[in-house]
Amino acid sequence: MNADTLRERTRELLAANDPATTDRLDFLRARFDAGLAWVHFPEGLGGLGAERDLQGVVDAELAGAGAPDNDPRRIGIGLGMAAPTILAFGTEDQKKRFLRPLWTGEEVWCQLFSEPGAGSDLAAVGTRAVRDGDGWRLTGQKVWTSSAHTARWAILLARTDPDVPKHAGLSYFLLDMTDPGVEVRPLRQITGEAEFNEVFMTEAWIPDSNRLGEVGDGWRVAQTTLMNERVAIGGRPVPREGGMIGPVAATWRDRPEVRTAERHDRLVALWVRSEALRLAGARLRQQLAAGNPGPEGSAMKLAFATLNHELTGLELEMLGEDGLRYDDWTMRRPDQVDFLGREAGYRYLRAKGNSIEGGTSEVLRNIIAERVLGLPAEPRVDTKVPWKDLPR
Amino acid sequence: MNLLYTDVEEQLRASVRDLLGDRAQPSAVLARCETDTPHDLDLWRTLTADLGAGSLHVPEELGGQGASVREVAVVLEELGRHVAPVPFLGSAVLATSALLACEPTTEVRDLLAALGTGRSVGALVVSLATAPGAPPPPTVEVVDRQLRGAVRSVADAGPADVLLVPAGGTLYAVRTDQPAVAVTPVVSLDLTRPVADVRLDGATGTPLGPDAAVDSALWTATALLASEQIGVTQWCLTTTVAYLKDRHQFGRPVGSFQALKHRLADLFGDLALARAAARNAADTAAADPGGDEAKLSALLANSLCSDVAVHAAQECVQLHGGIGMTWEHPAHLYLKRAKADQIAFGTPGQLRQLLAPLVDLPGPR
Ligand SMILES: Cc1cc2nc3c(=O)[nH]c(=O)nc-3n(C[C@H](O)[C@H](O)[C@H](O)COP(=O)(O)OP(=O)(O)OC[C@H]3O[C@@H](n4cnc5c(N)ncnc54)[C@H](O)[C@@H]3O)c2cc1C
Repeated sequence: MNADTLRERTRELLAANDPATTDRLDFLRARFDAGLAWVHFPEGLGGLGAERDLQGVVDAELAGAGAPDNDPRRIGIGLGMAAPTILAFGTEDQKKRFLRPLWTGEEVWCQLFSEPGAGSDLAAVGTRAVRDGDGWRLTGQKVWTSSAHTARWAILLARTDPDVPKHAGLSYFLLDMTDPGVEVRPLRQITGEAEFNEVFMTEAWIPDSNRLGEVGDGWRVAQTTLMNERVAIGGRPVPREGGMIGPVAATWRDRPEVRTAERHDRLVALWVRSEALRLAGARLRQQLAAGNPGPEGSAMKLAFATLNHELTGLELEMLGEDGLRYDDWTMRRPDQVDFLGREAGYRYLRAKGNSIEGGTSEVLRNIIAERVLGLPAEPRVDTKVPWKDLPR
Repeated sequence: MNLLYTDVEEQLRASVRDLLGDRAQPSAVLARCETDTPHDLDLWRTLTADLGAGSLHVPEELGGQGASVREVAVVLEELGRHVAPVPFLGSAVLATSALLACEPTTEVRDLLAALGTGRSVGALVVSLATAPGAPPPPTVEVVDRQLRGAVRSVADAGPADVLLVPAGGTLYAVRTDQPAVAVTPVVSLDLTRPVADVRLDGATGTPLGPDAAVDSALWTATALLASEQIGVTQWCLTTTVAYLKDRHQFGRPVGSFQALKHRLADLFGDLALARAAARNAADTAAADPGGDEAKLSALLANSLCSDVAVHAAQECVQLHGGIGMTWEHPAHLYLKRAKADQIAFGTPGQLRQLLAPLVDLPGPR
């Protein structure tokens, strides 16, 4: 499958479904069925088994024709995390059932991983899933769950066996967020709004057909989610200046009065790093042509977070007097995750989350050091003991 | 745009690496650098005559390999990994690129053939610290068709038998076997790529073409040096990781201490960014030499990779502890190369100033 064939298929899609007259959702469904949703996915599941990097060809063609997109900022967790995990570990039925509405955005997904007692140490999760007939009863609490308030489905990590060491007793589930045993409460962030939530589960029901992977294999399944998450956050394909550098460069261009020699060198140096990160993301995708990212992807997310901290800090300094103001602290529950949205003050504060969400920068450094560079692990006391006996 | 290495490039890398593994071991490189012949010209002949590495981006019709600067970049990576003391930058990159920017007259063709096969070593007579884009003030003059003047800190001029000298708007080929030419090696920071001062007291030269060829060569070299810096960084990272796995203190490998792991993880991340930028610079220079995008990519890569390589070399010395401070351990060769490379073709700050207008980020008035 090469670029020309893809271009041709895209034109056929456009010819059969004129974006000007076709309903948005119908268009997205037709695009999925034509294999042009994510071309590196298999045929029949929204893709054509093509190289990952060729997606750009399709996207450019569709953007040029004014076709609607699937509003990725609303469904980032589904696209970046749930989908690759379902593809890797799902049964045929699960893939058929979930991937299409996930991609079209008809069903929003969230990620129920972190808990008050299990953040960086994700393998410590204590939410219990207990066998009940042909399914599971789920009880526990999750926290910092982005988009839980808009989500129809969740990917979820729960403890199915407390009597074995922590990594061995986990299973991975797909949870229906409309289940009566699920309660979602907003959790306000430093930006003023509540993009994330607390989620309480009381005897929530999960049929066994919504288990992903084997019982007890949840840690391995979760790794696929996490590796993809880091690339999804840090290594997305963006045009030049498509990331956080964009608004900062725009401020520089629009406001000559903010220009000083010191800021100039900082800005150009950050421009350089932004562009290098963009290229490194492109290089990673070329390497990955197909398949899932490995721990190297963590470096993308790490660089992305640091860069966003520096860029947004510089932007506020550039604004001087205006940097002392904030647009709005009103508590809201946005229906999308947007790092670039709103104003400089918001960007500065939201960027602080970039080095925490999806694995903190410290944890990512551990991962790179141990799993990429092969440096020895720190001595550990928690990996051989049954989970129930761990101090907490 | 291909930011990876092609199979052909990997094969080239493997043969260069084999050769250097054999002939440029750290102990040998270290032993040579304090002798009268700091450049290893035997190794240079093998690289050029046997492997064809001296004329990779020279078109076949001019007697070269007909490859591109992407391949040149791969060779530079390997040379950087070994801090191999061969005049590759001076002869195969700077002088050769300057010749390629001239009309292919008989003189130019003959020179390209001589340089490409290793029969001659060439050097471009500008200070190694010269940034691209800003022509250096002419220090060599043409008086009565004779060349007079001096240029300091010229890379790889020591072993050169032909100098390419910009003077009075023209690029001249000047043979070093005339009494009016003095090439004086100087005690150099970079032990494995020593610089030399060039003095011309009424030398004769053959005009090759307009001296715009110099800037063209500087742009190519700026783009490609980033790949050498990747090689330096890679060696520093790999060597440090291996040492920290092995070295025990406080009853455990020091590499298990998180403070050190995090520093190496950061270095790994920097290398990933630097490598993408260096591959992009080589790829763009191959696709559109002299174009704005090629300039942008060269400045981007060199300004970034310069700092990354210096940082890597500094970490390498620091994390080796006392051993890192010894003459016997090769870490200092990499530190010296990295620091010299950072200055070569303009410091990162200078390059960022050149980059700013290309990306529409004007400075303060
Ligand atoms: C904006 C935002 C959105 C989020 N969205 C979601 C979501 O949708 N779903 C979800 O499941 N989770 C989500 N999270 C949670 C996120 O994954 C966790 O906050 C994160 O993994 C850190 O866990 P913690 O908060 O418990 O911090 P802790 O693990 O308690 O860490 C505290 C500090 O200790 C450091 N630390 C911890 N362990 C180590 C170690 N071994 N070595 C060195 N330093 C260490 C950390 O880096 C941190 O600085 C989100 C978080 C944020 C900020």
